[in-house]
Amino acid sequence: MKKIGLFLALALVFASCHSGKKNGNQSSVTLSGAGSTFVMPFYTTAFQKYTPLTGVKVSYGGIGSGGGIRSLKDRVVDFGASDAFLTDTQMTAMPAPVVEFPTCSGAVVMAFNLPGIQDMKLTPDVLANIYLGKIKKWNDPALAQLNPGVKFPNLPITVVYRSDGSGTSNIFTNYLTKVSPEWKAKYGFGTTVNWPVGIGGKGNPGVAGTISQTVGAIGYVESTYAFAQKIPFASVKNQAGIFIKPDFASTSAAGKGTMPADTRIMITNSPDPAAYPIAGFTWVIIYKEQNYNNRTLAQAEALLKLWDWMLSSDAQAIAQQIDYVPLPASVVALDKSILRTVTFNGKPILQ
Amino acid sequence: MNSDKITKYILFGASLLILVLAGGMLYSLVEGSVPSFRVFGWKFLVTPEWNPTQGDQHFGALAFIVGTLFTSIFALLVAIPLAFSTSLIVAEYFRKTWFANVVSTCVDLLAGIPSVIFGLWGFYALRPFIVSIGLSHQGFGIFTAGLVLAIMIVPYATSLSNSIIMMVPNELKEAAYSLGATRLEVIWNVILPNARSGITASYILAFGRALGETMAVTMLIGNANILPKGLFSTGNTMASVIANEFGEASGVHLSSLIEIGLLLFVITAIINATGKYIIKKFA
Repeated sequence: MKKIGLFLALALVFASCHSGKKNGNQSSVTLSGAGSTFVMPFYTTAFQKYTPLTGVKVSYGGIGSGGGIRSLKDRVVDFGASDAFLTDTQMTAMPAPVVEFPTCSGAVVMAFNLPGIQDMKLTPDVLANIYLGKIKKWNDPALAQLNPGVKFPNLPITVVYRSDGSGTSNIFTNYLTKVSPEWKAKYGFGTTVNWPVGIGGKGNPGVAGTISQTVGAIGYVESTYAFAQKIPFASVKNQAGIFIKPDFASTSAAGKGTMPADTRIMITNSPDPAAYPIAGFTWVIIYKEQNYNNRTLAQAEALLKLWDWMLSSDAQAIAQQIDYVPLPASVVALDKSILRTVTFNGKPILQ
Repeated sequence: MNSDKITKYILFGASLLILVLAGGMLYSLVEGSVPSFRVFGWKFLVTPEWNPTQGDQHFGALAFIVGTLFTSIFALLVAIPLAFSTSLIVAEYFRKTWFANVVSTCVDLLAGIPSVIFGLWGFYALRPFIVSIGLSHQGFGIFTAGLVLAIMIVPYATSLSNSIIMMVPNELKEAAYSLGATRLEVIWNVILPNARSGITASYILAFGRALGETMAVTMLIGNANILPKGLFSTGNTMASVIANEFGEASGVHLSSLIEIGLLLFVITAIINATGKYIIKKFA
């Protein structure tokens, strides 16, 4: 019976998105989007501030990055949001050319629950071995050696991962793939992978809840969730060999490298000495030609203006308030130039 | 047209709509499963690996089929003694007393609690307890999920068997008492033989309900896509893997999830049909 509910819920989401689009007229434009839950707190907060400014209503459904891409492909939303950029295969599977641009970045932190231990250092090797199931106990010599002075209990390690498909998993497994040849060969990276050990929690809140309720657990969560629940998290040794805590500065440093013109970049394992190594951007995807499905010019303009505003310093400041990292100026400039390639009947919409 | 006819057409239309909806659901499940069936064929049913990593995708449902049956059967085994005792208390021993009223109200209350509440209770209360008595070091797995499932299906098993036990003709019981039978003898020799098929059917229907439960199980089973190795091993169920991976899946991955949905649909339909058949045949 549950699946009927799921289908109905999805049908309702799609239906409401659809009607929202149809109702769009000159006086009150309604935009809709769907996708990433990683970035949802930022988008919903920012959209709430945007509506009184312009009268444009924006609805956003946090249905997961893959769901966002699928909704855009089915043309039931105006934009899709994903923490994993589109691969070439996914690009060609879209019914028409799309553009994608990052909107902010965030860190994925290694949160843990050990009584009396607030701080821990992890190397990429040890982290990969924990997730490969090779380090099974907290009093493993490898952990003790890294953390002199920390008294680890004789407890099994409970590895926690995301059971649902997730951009957070994409970022984390991309990092593991870069630092561990064995992980790369056996499991690879993606929004869901075939985890060798551990238990799955649903959504970032599910993983954070499981860690905070399970003595001996370690897992990866989007930083906001660990900060909010005050769960301790580890410093991770970056490519330059420095143990580094995930915070605003170290996550910004990870995003500082050069951005390719198509913005498709993973910023895990950054070479920057100040950078925290497990971080990632989140993207918005829209169609390059906005005249489809009887869309009006007003609708297309509203969409482009919305994202132009989301790149402004006002909106990016909102991102920072809720623990996301605003885009560097160079990426904002690149994003703005991408937005200006979006057309309506072949003519650029934004000047 | 008179009002009688109008009512008839409205009722007919409404029930036809239900038929069409059920048929449509089955059709879309079958249609959605085709791409996965083309790739994996019947092997899908016996392959335990579930690997959604891009570029190395291969899917099999065995781990989830086993996980689903394992948790549901365990839940049923735990639920039967509870449900059976409750039924006897409510329908026989304390029939029509305040105590039976309180018990049956509580059982009905259990049926009305949303499954996410059961999940939360399992997560925050039962799981730490299981860890503290040393049964498992993290508390997730078949055992915890099955225990919570058992409590969830007790109302389904109880309410039907209550009415069936109550339906046993009083004349029969009185006749047995007049021959000097004790209460226990009446239960074993009169009530049970009369109500056996109905009680069995109610447990089968409760089992069907356990198969499809999603939320509480997802929160407690550990969501590890592996063949469960024992009662305290983590695992995953068919309903729970669909709920977990549906949002992000595409292509063959999505089609495989829909095929699991189809399997669950078929298994649940068979279980329900068996229950109904037993009621019809032996009642």
